[in-house]
Amino acid sequence: MGGFLRRHKHAVPYLLLAPGLLWLTVFYVLPGFQMFMTSLWSGTLETGYEFALSNVSNYTEALTRFWPQFSRSILYGAAATALTFAISYPLAYTIAFRGGRYKNLLLFLVVAPFFTSFLLRTVSWTIILGDTGILLGPLKEIGVLPAEFQLLSTPIAVVAGITYNFLPFMTLPIYVSLEKIDKRLVEAAEDLFATSFGAFRRITLPLSLPGIFAGSLLTFIPAMGDYVNAELLGNTETTMIGNVIQNQFLTQNNYPTASALSFILMAGILIAVAVYARLLGTDELTAGGV
Amino acid sequence: MLAASEPFVTSSRPCSLQSEANVPTVDVKLVDVVKRFGDAVAVDHINLEVMDGEFFSLLGPSGCGKTTTLRMIGGFEEPTSGLIELQGQDVTWLPPYRRNVNTVFQNYALFPHLTIYENVAFGLRRQGVSDPELKSRVHEMLALVELSGFDARKPTQISGGQAQRVALARALINKPAVLLLDEPLGALDLKLRKQMQVELKRIQQEVGITFVYVTHDQEEAMTMSDRIAVMNRGRYEQLGEPEVLYERPTTRFVAGFLGISNLLPGTVGAADGSYAAVRLADDTTVRAPKSLFVADRSGVSVGVRPEKIRMHEQSAEPPAGHNQLSGTVRDASYIGVSTQYIVEARGGAQIMVYEQNVERATKAELWAPGESVRLSWSPDHTFVVTDDEGAAAAAPR
Repeated sequence: MGGFLRRHKHAVPYLLLAPGLLWLTVFYVLPGFQMFMTSLWSGTLETGYEFALSNVSNYTEALTRFWPQFSRSILYGAAATALTFAISYPLAYTIAFRGGRYKNLLLFLVVAPFFTSFLLRTVSWTIILGDTGILLGPLKEIGVLPAEFQLLSTPIAVVAGITYNFLPFMTLPIYVSLEKIDKRLVEAAEDLFATSFGAFRRITLPLSLPGIFAGSLLTFIPAMGDYVNAELLGNTETTMIGNVIQNQFLTQNNYPTASALSFILMAGILIAVAVYARLLGTDELTAGGV
Repeated sequence: MLAASEPFVTSSRPCSLQSEANVPTVDVKLVDVVKRFGDAVAVDHINLEVMDGEFFSLLGPSGCGKTTTLRMIGGFEEPTSGLIELQGQDVTWLPPYRRNVNTVFQNYALFPHLTIYENVAFGLRRQGVSDPELKSRVHEMLALVELSGFDARKPTQISGGQAQRVALARALINKPAVLLLDEPLGALDLKLRKQMQVELKRIQQEVGITFVYVTHDQEEAMTMSDRIAVMNRGRYEQLGEPEVLYERPTTRFVAGFLGISNLLPGTVGAADGSYAAVRLADDTTVRAPKSLFVADRSGVSVGVRPEKIRMHEQSAEPPAGHNQLSGTVRDASYIGVSTQYIVEARGGAQIMVYEQNVERATKAELWAPGESVRLSWSPDHTFVVTDDEGAAAAAPR
């Protein structure tokens, strides 16, 4: 084997790529293609399906019909991403610059929730946010909040759930990018008459942009497609596009519409990411070798 | 393309900004400065005065406290106790951005996301210098370090030597009272380092700013400095001009850190005129300038640099009044410009001798191992060091 590789050096990169490519082909490209074909079907489960390019109307119909859920997904996803950022940045900053010998322990604590199932953790939030749960119960008892006050089954609960569930995806990339920053750059900035805040704004923040970019993508993309939080923590007015797709696929058996929705979601995310990358100027950043 | 490829030759231009008549003022003053990190004492009661316009070096092995001293002057560390003054102002507790000093960091610490132009402009922008002036000053500074036209490059797109110049320009553009340099040439290869030494000295003379320079390289410190403080274990053992440190080291550490020296332990004997006698272990007596002896210390070592020693035939009569030792050549290495010998003296001491290949140059003429020789050197080239343990006990705590 070693001899073969030495004689065919040019084959090595392809051999290393092969398992990943195979995996992607079997579980992403082929089903993706299948789903694309499905999205151009017409008919029902009872009458049978028929493929026709003219069925591109599936897309426009799906978009018109489920536009509220789409826009809600964008809104909730964006809100949750902004919230995870607001929580993660100070957290990652503190761990990276002030963590000292507790660094690894603190990082472990960030990831620790992953040791429990995603579903279980989300269900736990129904207990915490419940109308007479451990958070609202006592506050209502002492009269701080009116008895009819609700968190569970509101948009707030859905966004809070998404924020909670995706927090580590934001914290870890930001931590990594902050950790990489040479502390002497901050000293150099302060030496050159920047205040502590000035040094943060001119040096630390720009140099952590790649982490912020990666973290917000890792949060925003799954948050937009998420349906578990809306299902468990929301109400019928908070359904997101993920819930619709799940419902169309599994309950309505309306495969063409569900497939079309999936593709619209994917396209929407791709466009959003492209715009975001342009705004943040990440090409420039990664070229800087930071 | 790069100016560094031609060595920069300077006429040793006198510092134009200061006239000889003016009494130089003190730019940096450290009073009894101590820095502890937990139990470890990094800097141990240092007192220093650096004069205006001076090229001052802190020289010592790693861990001697030189970088910590520099960082305290820059404001990156606070002293555990003591006082730091810049141009007469107490800055001990001021943050770096409130001090009129700038630093050239080890490995430069250039901002990787900013262009060379923006790196150099950084300090002026923070001070609110506006565009037309900013632009002309940045270009002037880039010209001084011979990097005109590099404005738009990023730090990753330039060489180590160029990065070093950018770091220098970025600090100097602010016209600080004092420029601090933390091993700025450490990451460069030998040839580039030599060129940059000359260039640093040129720039320092051109701008007339006080430089405080940290290095572990004795040759580098001697080439550039007006004065050097040789540091060891958190304090400096000797402070002075390079020639004085080399010709008249006062401690064993300084004698060993700056070049090679032969140290011969002995006991102080009688004085005669301006010289005092020291009796060595093998009963030979050598003489050294009386002024070099510390009162009430009888156990000392006398030292002599290898290039100060002459070698003669055993039968020859060396110049009158010179110190003499007899011995046997143990090893000879011909290195072109000179030949280095190790001579074993009668008392067993190994003595290093460098002889220029002038009178003797061919294999047959050079001294060969096994030959008996007589060594001689002038008493004026003899220095006296106190032994380390003694020095520690004698030094004020």
